[in-house]
Amino acid sequence: MRILLGFLMILVAPFAGAILSGIDRFCSARMQRRVGPPILQPFYDFYKFTQKKAYIVNGLQWLLVWGHFLFVVLSIWIIYSGEDFLLAIFSLTLSEMMLCLAAYSASAPYSNMSAQRELLQMACTEPMLLLTAIGFYLNSHSFMVSDIVSCSTPAILRAPGMFAGLLVILPIELRKSPFDVSSSHHAHQEMVKGVTTDISGRTMALVELTEWFEIFLMCTFVGLFFAYDNSLTGYLIGIAVALAVMLVMTLTDNVFPRVKWERMLAITWSTTFIAAGGNLLVLTLLQA
Amino acid sequence: MKMTKSPWVLHYDGSSCNGCDIEVLASTTPRYDLERFGIINTGDPKHADVFLITGGINFQNRMVVQQLYSQMPDPKVVVAVGICACDGGVFKDCYNILGGVDKVIPVDIYVPGCAARPESIIEGVVKALDILKKKRDRMKQGLPPEEKGWAIANIRDGKALAAQEARINAQLKMEDEAREARYRAHEEAHKE
Repeated sequence: MRILLGFLMILVAPFAGAILSGIDRFCSARMQRRVGPPILQPFYDFYKFTQKKAYIVNGLQWLLVWGHFLFVVLSIWIIYSGEDFLLAIFSLTLSEMMLCLAAYSASAPYSNMSAQRELLQMACTEPMLLLTAIGFYLNSHSFMVSDIVSCSTPAILRAPGMFAGLLVILPIELRKSPFDVSSSHHAHQEMVKGVTTDISGRTMALVELTEWFEIFLMCTFVGLFFAYDNSLTGYLIGIAVALAVMLVMTLTDNVFPRVKWERMLAITWSTTFIAAGGNLLVLTLLQA
Repeated sequence: MKMTKSPWVLHYDGSSCNGCDIEVLASTTPRYDLERFGIINTGDPKHADVFLITGGINFQNRMVVQQLYSQMPDPKVVVAVGICACDGGVFKDCYNILGGVDKVIPVDIYVPGCAARPESIIEGVVKALDILKKKRDRMKQGLPPEEKGWAIANIRDGKALAAQEARINAQLKMEDEAREARYRAHEEAHKE
């Protein structure tokens, strides 16, 4: 039954992610007093990319982009079929690593520079993602998602520091300002188009598709903090908060300028250390 | 679903006075808002569908324009914005100007004006989308995207190519002579 839910969510995730991405672009335009694109715009972009001729730089790039896609899908499946949360995070990391390698495989200088920055971004996010998993563990004494969602108290009550830390690294995962140093949704930036500079046509469509899965995955991470007792109320609160957080991310994207990588590292690591690390310390002392 | 609902634009400024350049950027502002048509101003030729060029072609940027054009995946359209991009404009007789964009790559839509207004630029891009769709349909039938093989050698029975070559060679010869003269002057200055 749970395994079936995992497969079902693999079908739902891209649609939900694309709609969320469309809403993001629409809200962003409205925040700038523009009319903005239709909400279905991500689907049009996706279709356009499938219709274009692809310039495949080398065979490896194509393989790595497929890997990038499949490991995000695996991550979604792991979470929704109630398996190990840590495994989902490792799968997500592997997927980002693959995109990074795809960018390195091309000889374009912008592609290579963005790949270096992507590595830096991973250095910023990984400690926090792992601490999130530990936060869930300290709340429910299990890394299994099925146990996390059926714990009697929602994780937000025992691990608010992890939640705050996750919110800080969320712009990195969603490729939004102020931490969009390696690639951005807004095409005009100093890195041309970041890690996807040398990816075109159908391969680019696959990257877009993966992006939708990633958006959905990030919403799931946020929502998991509010699930308790396997109850409908918990899930509904989780969904509502995830949507609210997405709106806040759109606002952040519009309000903040892009920071340099030194600043990004300082901000993310200090919040990880203070908020999540402090939370971890308190929880361990209380439970000891 | 139509492919033309998501045209991404690559903007290149040749040797213009930057007037049209500013107008192109103005059409992305809230007042004109290109994005409501799904148009995104991208910096990456590999993601672009519409090549928007302002300003004429000179000896230095002709290679750049040709390279950007060759990096864009098919189907693609070219829009020449402003009278300089259409045929050289007021710079037409300058020693370094080859002329309009069509001297080096095939142009699908000409948007005249000095400077071209944002309204006409947007209309030009939207018109170009019909051509983009036609090219896509041709590609689906296994035909080349362009209706006839465009090459500068085919224009005016090869006279256009000959004239361009002659101008480029004259320019190179002039530069060589100037360099040699400078060298000789330098040598003489050192003798004394």
